[in-house]
Amino acid sequence: MKKTLLASLLLLSISGAAMAETPAEKGLRIAQEGNAYDDGFVDSTSDMTMTLKNRTGKTSRRVISAKTLEGKGDGDKSLSLFNEPADVKGTKMLTFSHGLKPDDQWLFLPALKRVKRINSRNKSGPFMGSEFSFEDLGSQEVEKFTYTFLREEACGEGNKLKCHVIERKPAYQYSGYTKQVAWVDTVGYRVPKVVFYDRKNALLKTLTSTGYKQFLGKYWRPSLMSMINHQSGKSTTLQFSNYKFKTGLSSRDFNKNSLKR
Amino acid sequence: MISKYSDRLLSMRWLAIILSLVVVFGMAAGAKNLLFNSDYRVFFSDEDPHLVAFNNLQDTYTKSDNVLFVIAPKDGVVFKQETMTVIEDITEKAWQTPHSTRVDSLANYQHTTSIEDDLSVANLFEEAGELTASDIESVKTVALGEPLLVHRLISEKADLTSINITLEFPKTLTNEAGEEVRADATILSADVGAYAKELKAYVLEKYPNHDVYLTGTVMMNNAFGEASIYDMSHLLPLAVLLILITVFLLLRSVSATIITFFVVIFSVLIAFGAAGWMHIELTSPVMSAPIIILTLAVADCVHMLSTWISEMRSGKDKVTAMKESIRVNFMPVFLTSLTTAIGFLSLNTSESPPFNDLGNISAIGVLAAFFLSIVLLPALAVILPVKVKQGKTKASSAMVSLANWVISKQKLLLIVMGGIGIFLIAMVPRNELNDVFVNYFDERIEFRTDTDFVVKNLTGIYFVDYSIDAKESGAIANPDVLANIETFTTWLETQPEVIHVNTVTDIFTRLNKNMHGDDESFNKLPDSRELAAQYLLLYEMSLPYGLDLNNQIDIDKKSTRITATLKTISTQQILDYNERVDAWMVANMPELRAPGVSPSVIFAHIGMSNIISMLSGTTIALVLISLILIVALKSLRYGLLSLIPNLVPAGMAFGIWAFISGEIGLGLSVVTAMTLGIVVDDTIHFLSKYLRARREKGLSAEDAVRYAFSTVGIALWVTSIALIAGFMVLSTSSFKLNADMGLLTSIVIALALIVDFLFLPPLLIKLDPWLNAEKKNSTEPKIEATAQTT
Repeated sequence: MKKTLLASLLLLSISGAAMAETPAEKGLRIAQEGNAYDDGFVDSTSDMTMTLKNRTGKTSRRVISAKTLEGKGDGDKSLSLFNEPADVKGTKMLTFSHGLKPDDQWLFLPALKRVKRINSRNKSGPFMGSEFSFEDLGSQEVEKFTYTFLREEACGEGNKLKCHVIERKPAYQYSGYTKQVAWVDTVGYRVPKVVFYDRKNALLKTLTSTGYKQFLGKYWRPSLMSMINHQSGKSTTLQFSNYKFKTGLSSRDFNKNSLKR
Repeated sequence: MISKYSDRLLSMRWLAIILSLVVVFGMAAGAKNLLFNSDYRVFFSDEDPHLVAFNNLQDTYTKSDNVLFVIAPKDGVVFKQETMTVIEDITEKAWQTPHSTRVDSLANYQHTTSIEDDLSVANLFEEAGELTASDIESVKTVALGEPLLVHRLISEKADLTSINITLEFPKTLTNEAGEEVRADATILSADVGAYAKELKAYVLEKYPNHDVYLTGTVMMNNAFGEASIYDMSHLLPLAVLLILITVFLLLRSVSATIITFFVVIFSVLIAFGAAGWMHIELTSPVMSAPIIILTLAVADCVHMLSTWISEMRSGKDKVTAMKESIRVNFMPVFLTSLTTAIGFLSLNTSESPPFNDLGNISAIGVLAAFFLSIVLLPALAVILPVKVKQGKTKASSAMVSLANWVISKQKLLLIVMGGIGIFLIAMVPRNELNDVFVNYFDERIEFRTDTDFVVKNLTGIYFVDYSIDAKESGAIANPDVLANIETFTTWLETQPEVIHVNTVTDIFTRLNKNMHGDDESFNKLPDSRELAAQYLLLYEMSLPYGLDLNNQIDIDKKSTRITATLKTISTQQILDYNERVDAWMVANMPELRAPGVSPSVIFAHIGMSNIISMLSGTTIALVLISLILIVALKSLRYGLLSLIPNLVPAGMAFGIWAFISGEIGLGLSVVTAMTLGIVVDDTIHFLSKYLRARREKGLSAEDAVRYAFSTVGIALWVTSIALIAGFMVLSTSSFKLNADMGLLTSIVIALALIVDFLFLPPLLIKLDPWLNAEKKNSTEPKIEATAQTT
């Protein structure tokens, strides 16, 4: 706080104009507003189909259904059920996401009939061999990044939206990225595009989200997320369907015992 | 016609010079398009089936281009705070390598352990400076017990460790103006090499108790460039100097030496400028062309200038002497240039594109030398001041004595030379087709010494990949498939060439143990497909960025890559190894049989296919050159006889090679075709003079031999010495392909001279009745000869 105050004072003294927000403050404010906007969805369920494509054009499919419970005070809780490929059918993954602290994660393996807690700080690797990492798919808590507002520009399908372009740098250790640049819709806080930069600050991936639908008259969710890896030439699409909100889930649906059910 | 040409040329000498300069600099401007390509893949055509197989494998998994950064603590102890700090530091910095996608080291090795129902996946060690002796001891135990690490990232004796940086070079780049442009792989790999060297310098400075060795495919690619730069800066000036000294000593004229200098340098400029206009990429084999062109261009100059000087010695003024030189030499120089160019053009049949380029550039250079020798050279010669002492030289009388000796010993020479020839040619099969591409670079190139050290002490840089295809989505988790892969891996490890095998089965057995509370009795493959698949899902989810399994398992979990790291072995050994592996697969896992693919395998096959393709090239060149000789000599029989001095030297040289080295690689497979065009020159000069004496002057065979020796002996001697000197310079190249080619070519040229001096004359005398039997009336040879050839 001291730092920002000092920075603000400095800015004030330089410009001599009315007190302006620093890009960092503006970026943070937008992130907080986006987070606040999404407040109150309570819980949601959805199905997703993940399609991987390698450089030779071959594809491979995974099917997952997910449940999310909005976190109060802490991050969201989520439960994923793997339906395809057949070999992993029935595998469940429970995640409690946190801010800067590593997420808690348990996995139920039906073939082993056991719940295993995964103790790994490294969530930056590919999710099921795809171009999405757990880092990309997990809940995006505000504290996970530091923000810098860059500019405002048209965005989204047909450039019909107006977006804040915000640079965010991971504040947690073990990220696979140095930074991300996100386009955040100024009204509904949709995120039509995110560009990822790797550890050497080279362009790594681009995520494009399309087919946004509004639920409960407020919450926007994409129906297609497409991630392209510019370095490997591989890509992955995520198709969402059956979004449901306020389905009456409770924290009892998100504990170790619920995994075995 | 020729005398008309020389009159015109010499009367418009300044115009001739200006015209030459316009041609030279117009062509040389093309040099701006020249780019060096150091990628080892340039040695293969895009359709090469082994290259296609390797590219497909890389597209299914990930690219194999790498830099292997080897850290050698001077006390030979890796497991201590200091060295482990270096590993951690360099691992972190290695991620900053341009175009890196993956960094593997002891520090970031994902160690899995299990405590009750917790599975932890974490870096093998962190903050090395804080580790206690017992921590270090346990890290050491894990590392030396892990098959994925030993002989790859840590040596068995724990005295060397490596950091492997995997790279993915983009096909296009965005330039400053924001446009997409084609990425120059050579520049990219030079950037990577430069960064690796920076890292090395950093280690040497910050951690002085450590040595660093750099190897891997990117360092090899850069070595192609380094070897060429070394050659250009060391060999080329030496070749030029040597040629000038030789020319000066032989012609004893400063002006003649200066003229030669311009002709040879301009020939090279035209050839490389033309290469630029044709968008030919420079590669290591192509970089031998400047020396080859210089050397060959000297021969033209020597013929033109020696006649000119000897005419002046006999009292003519420089213009008249030059006209005479043009008259005498125009046809022979034209013919020899033509045949030499044909020899080089036959390299177009080579399977390896750099040799096509080498052939084309050299052919252009040879034709450029011809053009300059008959346009620029005469014009310059009559402009520059010359001092010539009149009188006969000792050299030509020496040639006459040589001729007399050859004639007096003709029977003996025929038997001795014939015997040596037959013996040496009989030795040719003792050569083996063999190539070790690490040894393409000699010890002057750091890549070679570093690689030799690493291979001796840690791991290999040769590898062969197998993409085991279980043919069904998810089937790599099938216990039968895994069991087969494990058996295969175990068998591979027993092969003498194999240093290390990287296999996914090691991960499955480790996870199975981890998932059963680290119980050693579960240190085996999981027994159900679902279990294996679910382990994999769990494990993949826990891995950090860049350390995923995409390099080992395809997206559909249908196939997996097994990588065998091999010692540095020859192409022949690679082929043997591949055959053995394939036979094992056919016998033991026919359903999962997969070809072994890798750069080493591609190199192993190109040697053989190049020899086969060059056989057709050599044959075509031989037929064309023989036809030219038959027409030029106006005799079918003399044309056929010329096959002996044209082919025998190459045969004998390969016989000698069996004693010198006995290994024939990619570079040598082009020598026969290449030298054919060069040695033919000696034959043309000798036979044309012999025939002139025999036909026009009506001399006997013996006297015709004397005439040939006295007129052309010196020139042959001088040009051969110059050629041998030039190619000997090439034989000191730091790039073995070029060095071997230079050495063998020198031997061929030396033998060609010996054959022309000591074997051809006795043969001509011996076969004289047969040779002249084709003419019914020997007093009208010209008409007869014309009738013969039509």
